[in-house]
Parts: sequence; structure tokens; C-alpha cells
Amino acid sequence: MTKSRRFSWFVFSSPQTFYPLAGTLQPWFAVLAALLCAAGLYISFFVAPTDAQQGESYRIIFIHVPAAWMSMFLYLVMGFWSGVGLVLNTRLSSMVATALAPTGALFTFIALWTGALWGKPTWGTWWVWDARLTSELILLFLYIGFMALQAAIDDPRRADKAGAVLALVGVINIPIIYFSVQWWSTLHQGASVSMKSAPTMAATMLVGMLVMALGFWMYSIAAVLARVRCVILERERHTEWVMEEVGLHA
Amino acid sequence: MNWQSWSQFLEMGGYGLYVWGSYAVTLVVLVAEMAELVMRRRGLFERLAKFYAARRRNDETEA
Repeated sequence: MTKSRRFSWFVFSSPQTFYPLAGTLQPWFAVLAALLCAAGLYISFFVAPTDAQQGESYRIIFIHVPAAWMSMFLYLVMGFWSGVGLVLNTRLSSMVATALAPTGALFTFIALWTGALWGKPTWGTWWVWDARLTSELILLFLYIGFMALQAAIDDPRRADKAGAVLALVGVINIPIIYFSVQWWSTLHQGASVSMKSAPTMAATMLVGMLVMALGFWMYSIAAVLARVRCVILERERHTEWVMEEVGLHA
Repeated sequence: MNWQSWSQFLEMGGYGLYVWGSYAVTLVVLVAEMAELVMRRRGLFERLAKFYAARRRNDETEA
């Protein structure tokens, strides 16, 4: 019997092997994020034309929609890794979920904030308790609840499990946010971009929005990789390799 | 080109407060997150170095 030497992706499920990999990848995602956001901002302000109905106020769309997409997408990713951690008992999955929450919460806040600043000139109000806005606010509370719950439990493995249950239950809110504009009559407009039909906006506006979304996506990966490295060091501090890692940088 | 001058760019067709209020807060939030991550890493290395030093002293006195 020969021992299989085949490469396995499970090798990266160990915090010790993932830590340096994350460290190598992180700067690349940060650079990509900076380039994409710079290009996206240029398109947003200098290429995309003035909107016929909303004038210049519509330019908030270039951060509002990408931030709202990221707020929902990051929650799904957090729910996914929480679930993997719960079922397979892999520590790294739970650490990734923990690292995702603050970035997700920040993008949720940005989506709400820019939404308020866009709502005032277009709807005449900063806030309205309609389905879309309310469910997005609930998303913010889910992120905060997840972080507070994990922070309140001393034993990290128990904190992982409790957080994972909360994260998974909260996943139900994502389709509610996404379809809220179809299911209920809301003040919020429907999707400008969908899988089923052609986008209802100028091509340069769409490109600007997509480039910004890619930039936010790359930023999120960079931020989460940086944070998960901190989480790994904190939680693996009793191991030999973390001791060496800290000694190396002391 | 959408803008003839700087002041026109800043005015944003009368929506300057809303547009720049959105972009500025987004920038502040993201920069704050990056700064927090850098500080967290630095603080962590300091804390862990102290933690290991204390443990080493502990081991030596016990031995």
C-alpha cells in the first residue's frame, strides 16, 4: 500500500496552513480593491451621464447598490461558513464566519445611510418603515446580534455554535430583503438589474455600478482575510506555531 | 465630461450634501475599518508577546 500523496484542499482547513496563505493573498485583494474602486469612482462621476429624472442625486447609486449587495452576500457567506462549522466541526469555518460579521455590518450600515441620503431628495423622507428598509435594518441587527452573542460567550467553540444557529436562522431574512419590493408595495423601487431581463439603466451607469460592486467585493475579501488572521492568532495562541509567529515579529 | 468647474462638481446639481454625504461617510467607514484591523494586529502581537513572556517566567519559577 502506498500512501496517497495527492493534494487535498482540506489542507487549508487547518488554521496553521490557512494563516500564511491568507497573509499572501490579502495584499493582492487590497490592491485589486483599490484599483477597481478608483476605476468605479471615475466612471461614477466622469463617465456616467446625468440622470434625466433624478439629476445628479442618482450618483449615490454607485455606492448604495453595491453596498446593499455586499450586505446580503456577506451574510449568505457568513451563514454558509457557520453551517459548515456547525456540521463538520471545522474551527476555521467558524473563524471565517466570525471575521465576516463586522464587514457585513459596515456594508449594511453604508446601504442604510446612503439610502437615507438618497431617499430625502427623491422621496422627501430620510426613512420609511416599508418592507425593504425594515428588512435591511433587521439585517444590521442580525449582524450586531451575531457579534454580541459571540462576544458574550467565553468558550470559543460554544460561541461558534451559538453564533452559527443565529446566523442560519437569520438567512431567512435575505430572500425577504431581496424580494420585498415584489412581495409588498414599497416606496423602494424594484431591482434595476436582474437575471431575467435587460437592465433598465444606461450602459455606463450599469458598468460603474458593477465595477464598484467588484471593488467592494475585493475590499471585503481583503478585510475579512486580515481579520481572520487576527482571530486565528487569538484563538490558537496556545500552539507552538503562533508562539513562533509572534516571536518572529516581536 | 459632466462638469465645467470645481464648484459645479462640488454642487452636484444642488444635491452636493446628499451625494458627498454618502461618499464621505462610506470612505470614513472603510478607512476606519482598515485602521482598526491594523491596530488590532499590532495590539495583538504586543499582548501575545507579553502573554508568552509571562508564561516563560512562570515556567522558570516552577522549575
